[in-house]
Amino acid sequence: MKNQLQQDIVQKLRQRILAMQGIGKTNNGHCNMGLGLIEAAFPDGVFPTGAVHEFVSMEPEAAAATSGFLSCLLTNLMRKKGFCLWISSRRLIFPPALKLFGVDPEQVIFIDLKTDKDVLWAVEEALRCSALIAVVGEVKELSFANSQRLQLAIEQSKVTGFIHRIYSRTENNTTCAVRWKISPISGITETDMPGVGFPKWNVELTKVRSGRTGIWELGWTPSGFQHFSKPSSDTDIQSEKSQYA
Amino acid sequence: MHKRFVSIWFPYLVTDWMARQQAELKDIPFILYAPERGRMVVKSVSQSAHAKGILPEMVVADCRAIFPDLKVIEYPVGKSEQLLVALASWCIRFTPNTATDLPDGIVLDCSGCTHLWRGDNSYVEHIMGRMEGFGYHVRAAMADTMAAAWALSHFGQRQTIVPPGKQLTALLDLPSAALRLEQATTDRLEKLGLNTIRQFAHLPRPALRKRFGVELLTRIDQVSGYEMEPLKLVQTPKLYQERLPCLEPICTAKGIEIGLERLLNLLCERLSAEGLGLRTATLRCHRMDGDVQEVHIGTSLPTRNPSHLKKLFELKTGQLQPNLGFELFELEAMKVEPIAFDQTMIWNENNTTNTNPVAELIDKIIGKRGEHVVQRYFPAEHNWPERSYQINRSINAVKETEWRTDLPRPIHLLKRPVLIEITVPLPDYPPLLFRFNGKIHPIKKADGPERIEQEWWLEEGEFRDYYCVEDDQGKRYWIFRSGHYDGGQPRWYIHGFFA
Repeated sequence: MKNQLQQDIVQKLRQRILAMQGIGKTNNGHCNMGLGLIEAAFPDGVFPTGAVHEFVSMEPEAAAATSGFLSCLLTNLMRKKGFCLWISSRRLIFPPALKLFGVDPEQVIFIDLKTDKDVLWAVEEALRCSALIAVVGEVKELSFANSQRLQLAIEQSKVTGFIHRIYSRTENNTTCAVRWKISPISGITETDMPGVGFPKWNVELTKVRSGRTGIWELGWTPSGFQHFSKPSSDTDIQSEKSQYA
Repeated sequence: MHKRFVSIWFPYLVTDWMARQQAELKDIPFILYAPERGRMVVKSVSQSAHAKGILPEMVVADCRAIFPDLKVIEYPVGKSEQLLVALASWCIRFTPNTATDLPDGIVLDCSGCTHLWRGDNSYVEHIMGRMEGFGYHVRAAMADTMAAAWALSHFGQRQTIVPPGKQLTALLDLPSAALRLEQATTDRLEKLGLNTIRQFAHLPRPALRKRFGVELLTRIDQVSGYEMEPLKLVQTPKLYQERLPCLEPICTAKGIEIGLERLLNLLCERLSAEGLGLRTATLRCHRMDGDVQEVHIGTSLPTRNPSHLKKLFELKTGQLQPNLGFELFELEAMKVEPIAFDQTMIWNENNTTNTNPVAELIDKIIGKRGEHVVQRYFPAEHNWPERSYQINRSINAVKETEWRTDLPRPIHLLKRPVLIEITVPLPDYPPLLFRFNGKIHPIKKADGPERIEQEWWLEEGEFRDYYCVEDDQGKRYWIFRSGHYDGGQPRWYIHGFFA
């Protein structure tokens, strides 16, 4: 009985700490992202919505992989009708391809601005608008002060923000809840069959606030994320496969 | 509504303007001339020249003979019309309905405006004071009809105010020319000894019509108000416009903000009564020195939310330069659209303005960086990748056709394909390796080719054979060969990156 009480108190304190850290109530508005084992790395085992996620990619191929992974996340977030804003100063996204990841391109409003400064301004304004489902911002660098501004905006509105740092030079400290690194690896194909197959990525969590980091291999097929247990190599991709979502 | 008109006459319009431009002309007598039938004829005289007895239509040579030191300047053709339009537009701060009255006057329809200047007298006094401040000689009269105001400004005192309903009595002692009759009619009236209006105004109408034509009766009716006289306004009145004249010139940002807020509240109240929302609006600020500055905004959905509109304007009011201060603000909704009744309003009672937060956010971004930055994409029925989508900026558009999902398309597409060097074993086979950005990518897996033909009805050119390829590190690319092998060495390009 006493033990139960203690556990309850600990649970409540943990919730309060999370709220103070700007991650908010995780079990409210629970959204199944289909990320499987990766979700266990997040606080409370739930993908944090209403937080800023940071994606870092150093080269064009990784940037494309990140955009693909982002679109998969958006698909899960955008089950309910609404708009998502994609704000960028150097946009490469090919709208028809979003549909291949399950996102309706017409549900995304693209905003193409000239400078990173404008992008960050627009992202901040957008994050204040609670009617949006998610906001994607593509910038080169994100300073600590800028990330603080985004965090403050998000605490009011509970919109999920994704900041994609394309070709970023430094990995400076930011207030973002999660930092992802996505890089492409050889696609999912049936053995001995020709062709490129479905995309597969190396998903790395380099920072998770109140969670733990790790590296996973994740694929995407039209039915959802495909999880591959480590280790898997290019030659032996037909290893254990478990499907979530 | 009870009508009131002010007629302002500039007896020395062009010469006053000249003296204003060139200070040395201020006190010396001078005339403006123009050639007419092979001689130089006086077109306009300055006040001091007029005092010496020089009148328009005299011959310049005669004037010079009498006053050898008379200054003679060529008449600027068309200047008087130009000046009158400018003056009438300037007078928009006193009433929205102003008109020019060629050749040398303007008319203001000041119905319902004078109380803002504490009565008829101080209204006219104020206008005349401003005009005289500019250096113009003016005569003005206010009456219930335009014809009466015109007559009294030209033939009465410097400033005449006719009490309501007394316009005909006020005119009785004026000569018949005050009725703006044709020269022949005036001559005939004078020949018969009918020199003042009093002598014929109350004669039986059939007798007047028989002897002087219907024109005389029309003119008398126009004076007494039985007949309307059309006014050709300088600025046609706007349907959705609010005005805020300021007693003191406004030159602070806070003052502009308060003015804007008042105008927006008035306009939005009116729009909501009519079930409309505005799409574009303009704020026009009239400065003391006659400069007019404008600020435009646009919204992506019709709206009548004053606080949202104020935010949009605030992004731009910083450009205004009040200098000495603004004395009039005008807010006009140029484009209005009906707002569809939204059912959420029923249970969302505090939000009666029916707003769409996303649309407001978009308006804000557009307001800051222009309309071209916001894009939504819809499917277009084309195979050529660059043409497979169309841009639609409207926030409530819906797609007409479905997106194609049966063909692989890269998530990142380069704006312009980049030339690459390749090694290929056989024609129509995917390459063995390619060099892009100085790096060699050996190809491990490939899909294709997918041939996409140019749409010849839109553009001439080679077809493209697309391959999806994956290199040894698992990076996926979209590359294509442009054209056939038979025409020599075909070129290969990289066009995108797969996720």
